[in-house]
Amino acid sequence: MTHLQVNGQTRKVDVPDDMPLLWALRDELGMTGTKFGCGISVCGACMVHIDGQPVRACVTPVSAAAGREISTIEGMEADRIGQVVQQAWAENNVAQCGYCQAGQIMTAVSLLKTTPAPTEQQINDAMSGNICRCGTYPRIRAAIEQAAGSLVSGGRQ
Amino acid sequence: MTATVRLSRRAFLQGSLGVLTLAVTSSGLVSAARAADAEAPKYGADSMPGGTVDDPLVFVSIAEDGTVTIVAHRAEMGTGVRTSLPMVVADEMEALWERVEVVQAEADEGRYGNQNVDGSRSVRHFLMPMRRVGAAARQMLEAAAAARWSVPVSEVRAVQHEVLHEPSGRRLGFGELAADAARQPVPTADALKLKAREDFRYIGKDKVRLVDLEAIGKGEAVYGMDMRLPGMVYAVVARPPVVGGKLRKFDGSKALTVPGVLKLVEIPAFQGAPAFQPLGGIAVVARNTWAAIQGRDALEIEWDDGPNGSYDSVAYRQELEAASRVPGKLMRDQGNVAEAWAKAPEAERLAAEYYIPHLAHASMEPPVATVRIEDGRAEVWTSVQNPAAAQAAVARRLKLEPGKVKVKVLLLGGGFGRKSKPDFVDEAAIVAQAMPEGTPVKLVWTREDDIHHDYLHTVSIERLEAVIDGSGQVQSWLHRSASPTIASLFVEGAKGQQITESAMSAINMPYVIPNVRVETAEVAAHARIGWFRSVANIPHAFAAQCFIAELAHRAGKDHRQFALELIGPARRIDPGMMADTWNYTESPERYPYDTGRLRGVIEAACEGAGWGRELPEGHGLGLAFCYSFMSYTATVVEVKVDASGEVQVVAVDMALDCGPQIKPERIRAQMEGGAIMGLSLALASEISFENGRVRQSNFHDYEVLRHQASPRVIRTHLVNDDHELPPGGVGEPPVPPVAPALCNAIFAATGKRVRSLPVRTVA
Ligand code: FES
Ligand code: FES
Repeated sequence: MTHLQVNGQTRKVDVPDDMPLLWALRDELGMTGTKFGCGISVCGACMVHIDGQPVRACVTPVSAAAGREISTIEGMEADRIGQVVQQAWAENNVAQCGYCQAGQIMTAVSLLKTTPAPTEQQINDAMSGNICRCGTYPRIRAAIEQAAGSLVSGGRQ
Repeated sequence: MTATVRLSRRAFLQGSLGVLTLAVTSSGLVSAARAADAEAPKYGADSMPGGTVDDPLVFVSIAEDGTVTIVAHRAEMGTGVRTSLPMVVADEMEALWERVEVVQAEADEGRYGNQNVDGSRSVRHFLMPMRRVGAAARQMLEAAAAARWSVPVSEVRAVQHEVLHEPSGRRLGFGELAADAARQPVPTADALKLKAREDFRYIGKDKVRLVDLEAIGKGEAVYGMDMRLPGMVYAVVARPPVVGGKLRKFDGSKALTVPGVLKLVEIPAFQGAPAFQPLGGIAVVARNTWAAIQGRDALEIEWDDGPNGSYDSVAYRQELEAASRVPGKLMRDQGNVAEAWAKAPEAERLAAEYYIPHLAHASMEPPVATVRIEDGRAEVWTSVQNPAAAQAAVARRLKLEPGKVKVKVLLLGGGFGRKSKPDFVDEAAIVAQAMPEGTPVKLVWTREDDIHHDYLHTVSIERLEAVIDGSGQVQSWLHRSASPTIASLFVEGAKGQQITESAMSAINMPYVIPNVRVETAEVAAHARIGWFRSVANIPHAFAAQCFIAELAHRAGKDHRQFALELIGPARRIDPGMMADTWNYTESPERYPYDTGRLRGVIEAACEGAGWGRELPEGHGLGLAFCYSFMSYTATVVEVKVDASGEVQVVAVDMALDCGPQIKPERIRAQMEGGAIMGLSLALASEISFENGRVRQSNFHDYEVLRHQASPRVIRTHLVNDDHELPPGGVGEPPVPPVAPALCNAIFAATGKRVRSLPVRTVA
C-alpha cells in the first residue's frame, strides 16, 4: 500500500512500486484530469507538480512520489496562481480539443511560480516540452502573458 | 421537480408521466433539397448517410423553468461544433444562451441526420437545418402565446426567452409557454420565417463561450480516454508490425505472470482490404493500463510479415519518381499538352518534382474505446468522429442489430481524420466479447501504437511540367501525381488516385492556360492510407503552389501579380468544366469555383503581410493559396533563414473566405491551428518505413511543432462574411497553403528551392 498526498489529501493505492504515477492517478484514483499523451516524457500531457516542481507523471514511479506533495490539475482551482492561469486560459479561448491543456496549464503555473514575469524566451523554454497538436501555442503564450500581467498587478505571492 | 416539455415523439409514444408532449402529425420539416425530385442527383448533406434532420422535436426541449436543452448531434474534436450548432438553434429561437444546456447525442443517424464529423461539413451541412430547427421552435412558442392571449400571431414575437405582445405589453417566458408550444403543430417548411441577418444575436458574433471551456481548464472534461466504469478492465494490443502481417505463433506465459494481467485475447487479422477492420494480434487484458502495457512487453510473438514486409520508404520514393516520369491515367485533358511541350524550346520548359512523406495524425489523445456487452446489447463509450461507423462495426462484430449498440460520444482529444475509422472500437468489442458478460473493457492505444499503426496520410511525388513563353505566359501545364490512393483501403490492390483525390487541387485548377493535362500514376499501397486533415490538397497544393512561384520567378514577375494573372478575372467556373464531377459532393450550381473569391483571399493575405515591403537580411515572404472544402484560403509566411540554414517562421498571415461566418473566434482558432499543423508537416514530421515497419514510434522521432518553433505572430483575415453564399468548410482548408507558402518564403529569403518535406534545414 502506497500513501500519496494528492492536492492536500492522503490517498492510498495498492499498486506495484514501479507503476508510473500517471496510471495510479488515472486508473486507481480516478483522477483523469492528468492526461496520457506519450508515456515517455516527451509531450507534457501528464504534467503534475511534486513538492512544487513540474514533473511528468508518466515516468515518475509511485514510489518516488510517495510521501511528497503532489498537485494535479484538479487542485489548481484552490491555488492562487492556478486560478489566475485557468482564468487567463478561458479568457483567451485557448483550448481547441483541450486534451493537452491540463498539462499546459500545469507547466505554465509552475513557470509563473518561479518566474512571475517571464520573458518570451523563458516562456518558450518552459513550454516547449508540452505539445499541442491542435496548435494553440499563440493563445497559450497570450494567456501566460496575461496571467503574468495580472499576477504582477495583483501583488506578490 | 421540473417537468420537462420534451418535444419528442419517443416520449409521446411512451406517454411518460410528468412529461408533456406534443401531438405531431407530420414528421417535422423536410428540407427543400430532400423534398426535391427523388430522381435528381443528391448533393451535399443529402448524399450523406442519414442526410439532414431539421425537426425541432428531435433537437429542442424546454423545461418549465425555461431551461432550453439543445442536442449537439455531432462530436466535438476541437472545432467548436458542440457549441456552434446549438448556438445557431438558440439564436434562431431567441433563446438566451445562459439558459441553454447542450446535450450530446448518441449515435443515431436515423434520428439526427448525418453525424460524421469529417470533411469539414458540420456547419456546411447543418447551418440551415439548425436555423430551421430554431425558427420552428420560436414559431411554436409564438403560436402558443398568441393562442393563450387570443391575439393574431402576427402581433406577437419572441425576444430573448420571452414572447411579447407589443400592443398590450403582455409577455410570457419560454418556460411558461413550453407546454402549450409543444401542442402546436410544427411549422411546414414554407411557413418558416428565418431571422434577417441583422437580427442575429449570436451568429457571426463572439458572445457565446464554448460549452466545454471551463471544464477543460479544470481537468474535468471527459474524453474517451477518461471513461471509467465499475469493474472496468483495460486492454492493449500487440499488432502485426507490418500491414497485412499475421500471427505465426506466440508464447504468452510470461505475460500472464505480470501482476494485474488477467487474460490474453487473440484479435483476428483483417481479410481482404483493410477498411476499418482491426489489424489483428494479441490483446492483453489487465486490471489497469500499466499492467496491460507491461504484459504486452512480456509477450513473445513471431509474426508472418506478408507481402508488405519489404516496404521501404527510400526505395518507394524512387518508385514514385520513376512513375511520375511516364504517362499515367488521364484525369483531365484540355488542349494538347504533349504537342505544346514537344514544340517548346528547352528554355521555355520547366519541370519539377515535389515530395511529401507519409504523415501520422497523432492527435494528443490516442485512439481509445470502452465497450460493455450485456443482455444481447452493447454499450460503447468512445471519442470518434463517426459514431455511426463505430456502431456498425460493433454490430457487425457482435452480430447485433445496430439498434442494440449504443454509442455514447465523449470529447475527442483531437481527430484530424484518424478517428473517423473505428478499428479500435471493433478491437474493444472483440475483447469485451471474450470477457465475462457485462465486463466493461477499455482498450487503449499507446502513442507507439498510434504512430506504428495509423491510417497514414499518403506519400507522394507530384511532377509538374509547364511551358512558359518569352512573355511570361504559361502555355501548358501537366500535373502528374504518383501517390498511393485511399481507395486501397477499401478495394484490395486499388491503384491511382480517384476523382475524390484528384479533385482536391489537382484537376480543379482554374488557371488561364490553354493546354492542361492531369494524370495519376498507378502505384500500389503498402500501408493503410487514410485521410488526414485536408487530405490530397496537401501534396497537390504544395506542388502546384511552389511551381507557380517557380514559374513567376522564371517569368521575372512578382509572385502575387503573376498568380493573379494566372487566375484571371473574377468568374464562376462550373467544376465540371475542369473535369471535376465530384465537387466535394456539392452541387456545381450552388458551389461553383469562384475565382473572384480566390483573388480576394490572396489580396487579403498579402495586404495583411505587407507584401512587397522592404525586409531585413535573411528574411523572405512566400505566398500560396488553395480552394478546398468549398472555402478559399491564402497564406503568406515570413521566414528568417540564418547562415547555418536554420529556418525560423517569423509571421504567418492566414486569409479565409468560407462564406457566412458563424463563430468567427472559432474560425480564427482553426486558422491558427491549421497554420501550426501546416508548419508541422512542412518543417518536422515524417513517417518512413523500413522492412515494412514504421521507423518512428513516439513524439521524439515523429516530430511536430512545439512552442519554441511556433511563429510569434499568426494574423487571421476573414474575408467575405456573406450569408447569401452557401457555407464553406473551416476545419481543413487552412492547412494546404501553409507548406508551399513556407517554401516560397525560403526561396525568397535564400534563392534555394526546397521541393521535399520536411524542410528541417536549408542546405
Ligand atoms: S504522457 Fe507524460 S510526457 Fe507525455
Ligand atoms: S488543444 Fe488539442 S492538443 Fe492542445
